[in-house]
Amino acid sequence: MKRKKYGAAYLILSLVGIILALPMAVLICNSLMGAEEIREAYGAVMGNTTEETSARIIPVYPTLKPYVELLLDSPDFFVMFWNSVKQTGFILFGQAVIGMPAAWAFARYQFKGRKALFFVYMILMVMPFQVTMVSSYLVLSKLSILDTHLALILPGIFSTFPVFIMEKFFRAIPKEMIEAAQVDGAGHFRIFFKIGIPLGAPGIAGALMLSFLEYWNAIEAPMTFLRTKSKLPLSLYLPDITTDQMSVSFAASVIMMLPAVLVFLWGQEDLKKGITASGLKE
Amino acid sequence: MQSKKQGWTAFLFLFPSLIGTAVFVLIPFADIIRRSVSRAVGGAFVGADNYKTVLQNEAFLTAAGNTGRFLIVCLPLLLALSFGMALLLYRLPAAKTFFQMIFLLPMSIPVASLAVFWKILFHENGILNEALKLVSVQGKDWMNTQAAFWILVFSYIWKNMGYDIVLWLASLSSIGEEQYEAARVNGAGTWACFRYITLPQMKSGLVLIGILSFVNAFRVFREAYLIAGDYPHESIYMLQHLFNNWFTKLDIQKMSAGAVMMAAAVSVLLIFAEWWNERQEKE
Repeated sequence: MKRKKYGAAYLILSLVGIILALPMAVLICNSLMGAEEIREAYGAVMGNTTEETSARIIPVYPTLKPYVELLLDSPDFFVMFWNSVKQTGFILFGQAVIGMPAAWAFARYQFKGRKALFFVYMILMVMPFQVTMVSSYLVLSKLSILDTHLALILPGIFSTFPVFIMEKFFRAIPKEMIEAAQVDGAGHFRIFFKIGIPLGAPGIAGALMLSFLEYWNAIEAPMTFLRTKSKLPLSLYLPDITTDQMSVSFAASVIMMLPAVLVFLWGQEDLKKGITASGLKE
Repeated sequence: MQSKKQGWTAFLFLFPSLIGTAVFVLIPFADIIRRSVSRAVGGAFVGADNYKTVLQNEAFLTAAGNTGRFLIVCLPLLLALSFGMALLLYRLPAAKTFFQMIFLLPMSIPVASLAVFWKILFHENGILNEALKLVSVQGKDWMNTQAAFWILVFSYIWKNMGYDIVLWLASLSSIGEEQYEAARVNGAGTWACFRYITLPQMKSGLVLIGILSFVNAFRVFREAYLIAGDYPHESIYMLQHLFNNWFTKLDIQKMSAGAVMMAAAVSVLLIFAEWWNERQEKE
């Protein structure tokens, strides 16, 4: 009886899991198809043959040619990949440096207006990009950093989302530990560095992983604040790959996906903790 | 005295973040509020004129309506589906982590790749139509019909399912096991346990997961834009498209008024959620 009950649960979960995982499987398989095979399979969708679309998922003639072509013959790809790395990297670094102390202040200090200010941070966290689109544009143009990497990096650094998540973790540190350190004569900054950061590490990692997924896939901000093609991140380069290069585009998708998947494999536990914290009440 | 010093230290920790937030968000947004009540040239005070223009703008009404409809359809759907999945997962004896991992995978797929995938699936000559041909049903160019809306709903649920499941699981595990044991000793069945122990304690979780899902709902613009461009089928022309198109025309007045209204709507929603949450806690 009991086993039967779980059987149904496993069945449903597996079905949903297959639906959720299918696109990724298809992308990976398609990236192993040569240009010719892709044309056979999807030519009709891209409008350059009259052949029928064959729902082919497993490549008949698997080849690494798309990857070779992408990595050896597409200098654009490297430029944009590097742009993505730079933009995301600096944002994450800045978020850690600026966000950690801010979250620490919210979590461990009582001061006037703490609650109101934290609520402002929360409101900023839920604002859709479109709300701050004009105001950001105007301020970035005033600072004359439009169309530079800084136009993405600076506003990204001051996102309040990581502050919100890290605050939950700093708050969870037992009071006794901090009091013990105070008795030992540790100052405010020492406590932050020696107790706060090490004990809050899973939260910091979780918050940064969520940020990574967000900025690695950024579309709106680079589309709005960048003009020059050579500064665009990979996320905007992918849609640009033309029809006749479709096999290359699948390979590019897989390579772009790789860092994100690695984040999942290595940091799954912290990521889950981060997600969980985003849903904790104050 | 002690508390005053505490305030100063807290301020030191907060300072860099405050400066940045003020320079990049708060002050520029205050400027936008000013612009929203001024004339484009010269900046004379015009009161609510810009707001009237926006509210009478047909594109705005369509876009606001579509965004509202999208939220009303997809939020309950996502919340219910992910809650159901979390319930199934929660008591599972094995492979719990494995399933969570699979469910979270969609978060790592680049939006652009996903757009290509939906295209292959729903194009006039795409896989779905080929499949329909086998059963002699005439397909159509799905992204140019009402179906576009549902494709977007599906895409949203597909992407955010894992995130919400993890959140629900956390909510579920915050209920002490002893509550269920006590109920069972008193003869409560599975349904009674669910109805009288689980559900009532999901309320505050629901509000917060709802808020986060709301934030993520605005991001479907990415998929919509990469599949269908600036002017997609009317049923998925949303506020995000409209703002983008206003932006291309640099229509600052309309954008300012629109942004202020949108910010007000989001703030009211959040304040309401907080108020509701606090009331729950007092009970």
